[in-house]
Amino acid sequence: MKKYECEVCGYVYDPAAGDPDNGIAPGTAFEDLPESWVCPECGVDKSNFTAID
Amino acid sequence: MDQFLKAVKITDKVYWVGVIDWNLRNFHGYITEAGSTYNAFLVIDEKITLIDTVKEPFYDQMMARIRSVIDPARIDYIVSDHSEMDHTGALPLAIRDIKPEKVFASPNGEKNLNAQLKLGMDVTVVKTGDSVSIGKNKLQFVQTQMLHWPDSMFTYLSDEKILFSQDAFGRHFACSKLFYDEHDRGQMEWEGEKYFANILMPYSKQLLKLLEELPGLNLDIDYIFPDHGPLLRRPEDIARTLELYRKWAEQKPLKRAIVIYDTMWHATERMTASIADGIRSTGVDTEEISVRHNNRSYVITQLSRSGAIVAGSSTLNNNLLPSMADVLTYLRGLKPKNKIGFAFGSSGWSGEAVNQVAAYLTETSVELVNDGVTCKYSPSPEVLQACFEAGRELGMQLISKVDSNSNQ
Repeated sequence: MKKYECEVCGYVYDPAAGDPDNGIAPGTAFEDLPESWVCPECGVDKSNFTAID
Repeated sequence: MDQFLKAVKITDKVYWVGVIDWNLRNFHGYITEAGSTYNAFLVIDEKITLIDTVKEPFYDQMMARIRSVIDPARIDYIVSDHSEMDHTGALPLAIRDIKPEKVFASPNGEKNLNAQLKLGMDVTVVKTGDSVSIGKNKLQFVQTQMLHWPDSMFTYLSDEKILFSQDAFGRHFACSKLFYDEHDRGQMEWEGEKYFANILMPYSKQLLKLLEELPGLNLDIDYIFPDHGPLLRRPEDIARTLELYRKWAEQKPLKRAIVIYDTMWHATERMTASIADGIRSTGVDTEEISVRHNNRSYVITQLSRSGAIVAGSSTLNNNLLPSMADVLTYLRGLKPKNKIGFAFGSSGWSGEAVNQVAAYLTETSVELVNDGVTCKYSPSPEVLQACFEAGRELGMQLISKVDSNSNQ
């Protein structure tokens, strides 16, 4: 599972860690995040994220 | 105009060519009683470089100051550290008249500049670690993403040892004396904290990370020149500013409380006084702030200095008072941390406001210590006693929270 970086604020979504503060369990792939999920740092939607190695 | 507006030489190779906005009183909602400056800097080296520009209506003033030193057409480079319009509104005009060889900005700076303005030329993208030689000096760039926009960056001028910090470490303060040490320190720190609270507070985490990383960048800093307000040149002022920024961004709980309110017929106001007295009875300094008499920027600055917030509103037409909605919406966006508090208010019949205020506080991550204190019409002695007790309980919880935090 790839990590994804927010182009706006630089936050990195790590699927291993998930986003428990916002109800996303560890182990959730970026692709499986609900469309309503937004960047926990700056609030933009998934379309502002790009995959990083 | 040209004969009066001069650049001010501030270091061997650098001139201040900014403008003073004496009349600024509302900066997109941030109430700026003291006006502001938009600082721009001219670096005279083999490649003459303009660092940041000003708000569009002040373009002529900036150019007049530049002309007092050199023909603006001799400028080779322009750096845009932050794409917000108070620093870039004049950029398209400057590009048109100067025809610079290059304009530098961060990756998000390039995107934002092109989304906001018609520059008429390409932007050269620079990232953290990139540097550009301009002769004796190098321009070194440090991205400071979300401090306070996605594009924000610092530029460091290597030989002059100047950190151009754009919207970090500054304050909205109009003045013709350009240096920080020429002003009253208490006033500088108050305006500095107000600037932090109104602009940078939501990005406290990023700020603490930057403060941690800054020493590792090995920048030998003799000067910090922000884009607003006076310029820092004394080591003790630079050290104190960095220390204060760390303290503000940490947002540790403090033994101080604010009670903010608006009132229709003085009932909620009388509840305020009893709640505040209850908090004070525990020894916690407490300020009563009527939002009808004080603005949102003042409230967030006082909240930055407090560990507790109590918020009260009468109910008007089944809603909280609009003045309270204004302030509470503003506070919610600035994401203060580590606060405790509760909601209260008087009403005639339906009384929706207290729950609405409580919902705002919850969305602002304020830990609520009770379900809200309510009252019908004018508060009876029993209601005022309940207000006092709720205040006292909050004060005791705050003291225990602060003490357990400082023992960690």
